[in-house]
Amino acid sequence: MALQSAEAPGQQVPPVYRKKKVSLLARLWKERFIHMLVLPGLLYFIIYRYIPMGGLVIGFQDYSVFKGFLSSDWVGLKHFKELFSDKEVVRVILNTLYLSFLMLAVAFPVPIVLAIMLNEVKFEPFKRTMQSVLYLPHFFSWVIVVSLVTLFLKGEGILNNMLGDWFGIAPIQFLIKPDLFMPLIVAEAIWKESGWGTIIYLAAIAGINPELYEAAIVDGAGRWRKIWNVTLPGMRPTIVILMILALGNVLDSGFEQIFLNLNAFTKQAGNVLDTYVYFKGIQDAQFSFAAAVGMFKSVVGFVLIIAANKFAKRMGGEGLF
Amino acid sequence: MYKIGNRVFDSVNMFILLLLALSTTVPFLYIAAVSFSTNAEYISREFFLIPHKWVLDSYRLIFNSSQFVHALGVSVGITVVGSFVNLLFTTTMAYGLTRNAFGQKAILFMVLFTIVFSAGMIPTYLIVKATGLLNSYWALIIPGAISTFNLIIIRQFFQNIPQELNESALMDGANEMQVFTRIALPLSKPALAAFGLFYAVGHWNAYFGAVLYLNDPAKWPVQVVLRQMVIQSQTLNTLNNEDAARLMYDVPEEQIGMAAILVATIPILLVYPFLQKHFAKGVMLGSVKG
Repeated sequence: MALQSAEAPGQQVPPVYRKKKVSLLARLWKERFIHMLVLPGLLYFIIYRYIPMGGLVIGFQDYSVFKGFLSSDWVGLKHFKELFSDKEVVRVILNTLYLSFLMLAVAFPVPIVLAIMLNEVKFEPFKRTMQSVLYLPHFFSWVIVVSLVTLFLKGEGILNNMLGDWFGIAPIQFLIKPDLFMPLIVAEAIWKESGWGTIIYLAAIAGINPELYEAAIVDGAGRWRKIWNVTLPGMRPTIVILMILALGNVLDSGFEQIFLNLNAFTKQAGNVLDTYVYFKGIQDAQFSFAAAVGMFKSVVGFVLIIAANKFAKRMGGEGLF
Repeated sequence: MYKIGNRVFDSVNMFILLLLALSTTVPFLYIAAVSFSTNAEYISREFFLIPHKWVLDSYRLIFNSSQFVHALGVSVGITVVGSFVNLLFTTTMAYGLTRNAFGQKAILFMVLFTIVFSAGMIPTYLIVKATGLLNSYWALIIPGAISTFNLIIIRQFFQNIPQELNESALMDGANEMQVFTRIALPLSKPALAAFGLFYAVGHWNAYFGAVLYLNDPAKWPVQVVLRQMVIQSQTLNTLNNEDAARLMYDVPEEQIGMAAILVATIPILLVYPFLQKHFAKGVMLGSVKG
């Protein structure tokens, strides 16, 4: 765009930069190598992330594998109506919410406490060794974790053998009692992920201004006071953000973990939305219904995370976006 | 008095941490030790943590099992090829999105949107089917080719490379592709190593993708076989026929499962020191400067 400036007669006008009008095609050609670099990834996102989003339309159809996307019958909101009236779906949603509640109440604080504990260790080698050990289970697969759990907690498992040999207690069927299912899931998640979860909190603590600690000491604060009045408030933004994310994900659950832990006895108590979608959609091949359930979950999750984000901003903190 | 309070705090703190660390390692060490015991000892429970007689029976059995060994091979193959594909797709796109080319904002928005909304399992499954990947090893590699999170962080890393380096190379007549391969990539080796390792661990640990997309049990990776052995207690199915027939009632089922767990975990343990070194640097660099 050429800039014009009014010239007063006789005045020297400094040279004006004029942007050459470059056509879109010319620009694309000039940048062709950049586009080549982006293309594979772009294709990936389009084919495997965005086209499936379009494929969600089958939630409004009675999808038949033979007829394909375009020719299957349209049934409007039939599946969604089914969704809300189906007893199994209601139970599954309740299971999901119960699990998320347990996770928030019990599992969420653990990395926070651990991070504070680690931070209080003055002896560096000990601190680093502890961190190494605590981060390790994060890298194990769920198959490995659930395998370990199975070996230890099954009817003739290691724990029951010990209880029987040493205390004469009859075997406790940890793995098939429906009431123990969700608590077990939470316990497994704590074991596996709490260590890793401390990383982000430790980073937050590292960002606390040391002068605040010095001021606290001058004011006569002891260990506990310092933690309560300096460390925790310093972690507050991070805690709030992670809590927002957790709330936005309240309908999510660790699919692999639950899937591996489920068995015939605990299925009713343990089935969550994600596993329900799998069982109904893939195993029972009810593609449309399962897609509708999945869509419901994604949409609600999306709304929740936007709402939670706005709420956090309203509270005076920073949101996620 | 003040000092004693401090000392007590420190001791209790370290003690609890130690207990927690032990709770992380002891179950695993227990399994590791017991996997070397004989069936007779295990059943009679003569020993507690340390077997009296150390044997390799269980290991011999699983390595005799063609299903298990083949699954190991599958896992190795998928990890190597998969990680390479991951890095290829992720780094090219990440770098390309730092050069302010046409459409960058739109593409970035598109990428970020996938963090908050995803189509879900069913539509993705149908697309994987439509693209002909069902029952193919590629189903474990392509649908997960890019992790959005990794893409964002690696892009951040590329953005932190000083612009002057790119500019001077361009002025010297290099094209953008050459700037990428000869300047950006070599400079980002630590990040590439870190994320390569992250992707690799993901592939090694992958389980559900195989269950979902691979119908043929012969194509199963090691985690699926492990699940069959331990969680579904079908150890006998995994052994090869001769061994199963020979041992019939004397199969050290538990120990075989334990041996399998150990074998499936060793690669992670071996790689862990490198992971540790890199994730502290790699992850932090990407996020802190952002």
